[in-house]
Order: sequence, then C-alpha cells, then structure tokens
Amino acid sequence: MDLKIYKRRQVANRIGLTLSLTAMGLGLFVLLWILFVLLSNGLAALDWAMFTQSTPAPGSEGGGLANAIVGSLMMVLVTAFVSTPIGIFAGVYLAEYGDQSKTAELTRFVTDIMLSAPSIVLGLFVYAVLVAQVQHFSGWAGSLALSLIAVPVVVRTTENMLRLVPSSLREAAFALGAPRWKVATFITLRAAKSGVMTGLLLALARISGETAPLLFTALNNQFFSTNMNAPMANLPVVIFQFAMSPYDNWVRLAWGGALLITLTVLVLNILARVFFREKAQG
Amino acid sequence: MGSIEQASHVPDPNMLSVVKRQRVQDFFFHKITLSFSLLVLFALLGIIISLLINAWPALAKFGFQFIWRVEWDIVNNEFGAAIAIFGTLVSALIALVIAVPLSFGIALFLTETCPTYLRRPLGTAIELLAAVPSIIYGMFGLFIFAPLFAEYGQPALQSTVGQMPIIGSLFGGAMNGVGILAAGIVLAFMIVPFIAAVMRDVFEIVPPILRESAYGLGCTTWEVVRSIVLPYTQKGVIGGVMLGLGRALGETMAVTFVIGNSQRLSASLFSPGTTIASTLANEFGEAADFHLSTLFALGFLLFVITFIVLSAAKIMLIRAEKAKGTKT
Repeated sequence: MDLKIYKRRQVANRIGLTLSLTAMGLGLFVLLWILFVLLSNGLAALDWAMFTQSTPAPGSEGGGLANAIVGSLMMVLVTAFVSTPIGIFAGVYLAEYGDQSKTAELTRFVTDIMLSAPSIVLGLFVYAVLVAQVQHFSGWAGSLALSLIAVPVVVRTTENMLRLVPSSLREAAFALGAPRWKVATFITLRAAKSGVMTGLLLALARISGETAPLLFTALNNQFFSTNMNAPMANLPVVIFQFAMSPYDNWVRLAWGGALLITLTVLVLNILARVFFREKAQG
Repeated sequence: MGSIEQASHVPDPNMLSVVKRQRVQDFFFHKITLSFSLLVLFALLGIIISLLINAWPALAKFGFQFIWRVEWDIVNNEFGAAIAIFGTLVSALIALVIAVPLSFGIALFLTETCPTYLRRPLGTAIELLAAVPSIIYGMFGLFIFAPLFAEYGQPALQSTVGQMPIIGSLFGGAMNGVGILAAGIVLAFMIVPFIAAVMRDVFEIVPPILRESAYGLGCTTWEVVRSIVLPYTQKGVIGGVMLGLGRALGETMAVTFVIGNSQRLSASLFSPGTTIASTLANEFGEAADFHLSTLFALGFLLFVITFIVLSAAKIMLIRAEKAKGTKT
C-alpha cells in the first residue's frame, strides 16, 4: 500500500474540514460580535425617556424615540392586517388548487422572486402609484410598501404548511361529503394553524427592520403623530438618519433604536420557530 | 360531489339543494382564492409598468446609452448609469467571492461533521444572521468594521497583494475604511446565511446510499463532499449562489452606509463608489423632474437585473428539486 497517497488524502481531508470549521466559527463570531456591539452601544442609550419622548431636534440633548416606535408599530400592524388575509387566501389557492393550474405555477415563481426582490424598488413603485398621485408621503404608503414585502412571505409559508397536512385528513373530510371550501378552511387550514402563524411571524420579523421601502413612502416625522395619512416617523428611517448624522446625541439614539429593532426581530424569529416546532410535535 | 348524488337512489330534493348550494360556494371559494393569488402577479406587472412609465423621459432621452454613460451631472441634466452599475456589480462580485467559500464551509460543517445535537442550534444561529435587519449591518459596517478595516485590513492588503503587478492598483489609494471593498465584505456577511441555508438543504437531499457507498470505498469526508455531494447537488448549489447574488445586487441599507457614496469611477477598490440602490436611497428624496425620472430608470434597471438573476436561481433550484425526485 502506498502510504504517501494515503497520507496526502488524510492531510487534504484535515485541511478541508479545518477550513469548514473556521467558516462556521467566523459566521458565529460575526453574529455574536454584532449582538455584542449592539448591546454595548444600545444599552447606554436605553432609558425611560427613549420610550416617552419624541425625537430631538438636531444638535439638542435628550429626547427619545417614542414617535418612531409608535409609527413603526402602527405601520407594521396595518401591514399585518392587510397581508395576512391576502397571503393566506393566495396560499390556500396554491396548496388546494395549485397542482393542476399554470396560473398557480406562475404565481409560485413570481412570489419566490418577490421574496428576494430589491425592497428599495418596491418603495419606488409605491411612490409612483400612491405618493406622487396624492402629493404627500403617508403612513398608508409605508404600510403598502411593507405589505408588498410581507405578502410573498405569508403566501409561501402558508402553502408549504398546508402541504404538510396529511392528505388522509383531507380525504376523510371529502368522504363525509364536505365541500371543498369547508375542507380547506375548517380542516387543512385549522390543522396547519401554527404553521400559518409561523409564516405571519416571519413576515413581521422581515418587515420590522425594513428601511429602504419606507424612505420614499412614510418618510419621517419629527413630531409625535398617529395620523396614517401624513408622513410618519418610524424606527428604521430614524436610525438611518440619526446614524449618518454628526450629532452625538442622535447617534446614541440610533444605537438604542438599532438594539430595539434587532431584539424585536430576533424574538419574532425565535417565536416563529417555537410555533413551528409545536406543530412538528403535535 | 357526484358520489353523493349517486348514493341517494331516491332523489331527495332537500339534499339536492344542499349539494347545489355547496357547488356555488365552492365555485366562489375557488374564484376568490384565485383572485388573491392573481393579485401577486398583478403587483409584479404593476411594478414593471409603473417603473417604466416614470423612467420613460430619461430612457427616451438617453436610450440604451444610458447604461454605459459615465456622466452624473445633476445641474446640467446629464446622466448615465455606468458608475452605479459598475459599483453594484463589483460590490456584489466581491461579496460572492468571499461568501461562497464561507457558505460552503458552513454547509459542509452542518451536514457532515457537526455533532447531531449541535446541528439545530448552530443552524438556527446562522439563520438568525439572515434575520438581522440590513440597517444593522450598515451601522455595524460604518462604526465598527470600517475603522478597523482602515487601521489593519487595508494596510495589510496594500503591503501584500497591493505590491503585485496589475492587480496591485486595485488596492491603492487612500485608506479610510469605507469604499467598494468594505461594502463587498459587509454584503458578504449578509448573504452568507442565505447561500449556506440553500446549500445545507440541498446537501441533505443527497441519498444516504451514495454517501455511504463512497465512505465504504474508503473516501475521506472531504472526498465525499467534493466528488459525491457537490456534483450531485450542483444545480442546487448554483441556484443558492445566484439567490445570494440577487440579494447582494439589490441590497440598499448595508451598502449605503459603507460604500462612501460618490459618483466617480476609480481603479482602486479602496475608493468610495456607489450602487444603484444606494444612489436611489441618497438622491431620491431631493430629486425632482428629470432627475427623478433618471432615478426611476436606475430602479428599473436594478429590477430587471435582479429579476433575471433570481429567475435563473429559481429555475436552477426547481431543476435540482426535480432531479431529487427521479435519481433516488
């Protein structure tokens, strides 16, 4: 036996696996590093005033992010109400009728592309069809742009979750004479409830941190406002504006907001996973 | 529902009306769900059409030349997309060069060498990296990464690869941290989780019998991955890489923070540049009239480019899935 070749293969194997371990380590390191940076910079900014006061004027001290937090919450809530029914109905169509039709195939393809489409272009689109028409920026426009991002997420997860429902359940319901709409809503959708919830949570996590589509739709608002028909403050755009500014106080608040947003997104993601695991076990 | 009618030998008018009602309900249910899924299609059509309409003044004036003109003169209304396209492509390319080997390493680790009880937590950690909003990557890049990169990374690069002939000029010039290279590196970390997740998923569908046969012949883990897993999952891997490319091309916030935002063309990767997305983010707010139309034209270009890349990715992944069904 030629030991040289044997040795060389062993060495190649060890190098490959070491590099792979290094890559994994680097990925984890970056995640922990980002979290560490966020915590160390963000916690310093985290105080009661951040939740009770509105964004400060340029160069002034104090202030908080209350208007941005409320604005973000309102827009995300509206988006959730709009995109949940659309996403679930479209998902039901793809799962229940999708096998035979070309339309469904095309929809599936387009949804997958929309999932990764550049979000700033969706902002441009909403600007063109809504903001430019009514001549002012608004919270509604922001929600519309966010819905364009959220709907594909809900559609695809809903479809995938419905497909996980065993077909024997469907067939049993059909055998009892249940019409199709009843089977879809009362049997499969109910069985896939926690899976659909997962999709919704993932969509919320995705849109909570989206900045680009809000730049030209909701814009920003220095003052506290709950009027969806006017420019609306929101965390991502405030963070963008404050982080790029020369004022220390603004940069400090930007870190506070960044920590808040990241924690929200990570918690939503983990919740989504918990829901999904429950489903896998039940 | 035909079976029900046949089963009742005596036509029961009551039951017939129930069946009829259910058919009507089913008809509407089908149409309603269909219309919601058509909504997604119309959204795509609407995006393309509205971008095209708004971009028309700029496209009509410059024609196809818009793509390779390098002027960006807001005062004199002379615009060209070349600098932004160049920045977009180069930063995305840098991101891929870094991210693909990294993702491959991570996917290899998660599917082959990782102990089973660590697979789920480590996989989740990588997926969480994908969940971190892009603006956070931007802040991280600007405040933490760029200063470190200017102090350690760039001098190191300049004194090593910067001294080589030909490619040396890529690493010349001022070292202030921000620039196309920094943007590419930050982008790389953003797209690693996407590519790694796809690679892990396709690596997992390799039939165990192939893997075990290779191990049985005495292959090392590295050889199994290189000569069995990788060729078998080729299409899926390419699809995953294209998906990452699509993400990198359209990414806005992370890039805007670290690329330096300058409408200039430079040979050095250290120098500031711009991408289509970051040009939009920076200039759209103040733009009016013709300038606005040019920005729409840029947006349209970006959408077309990413649409093509993402379609190619999707087609590759669909093929990979089909192969899974037949080869096993």
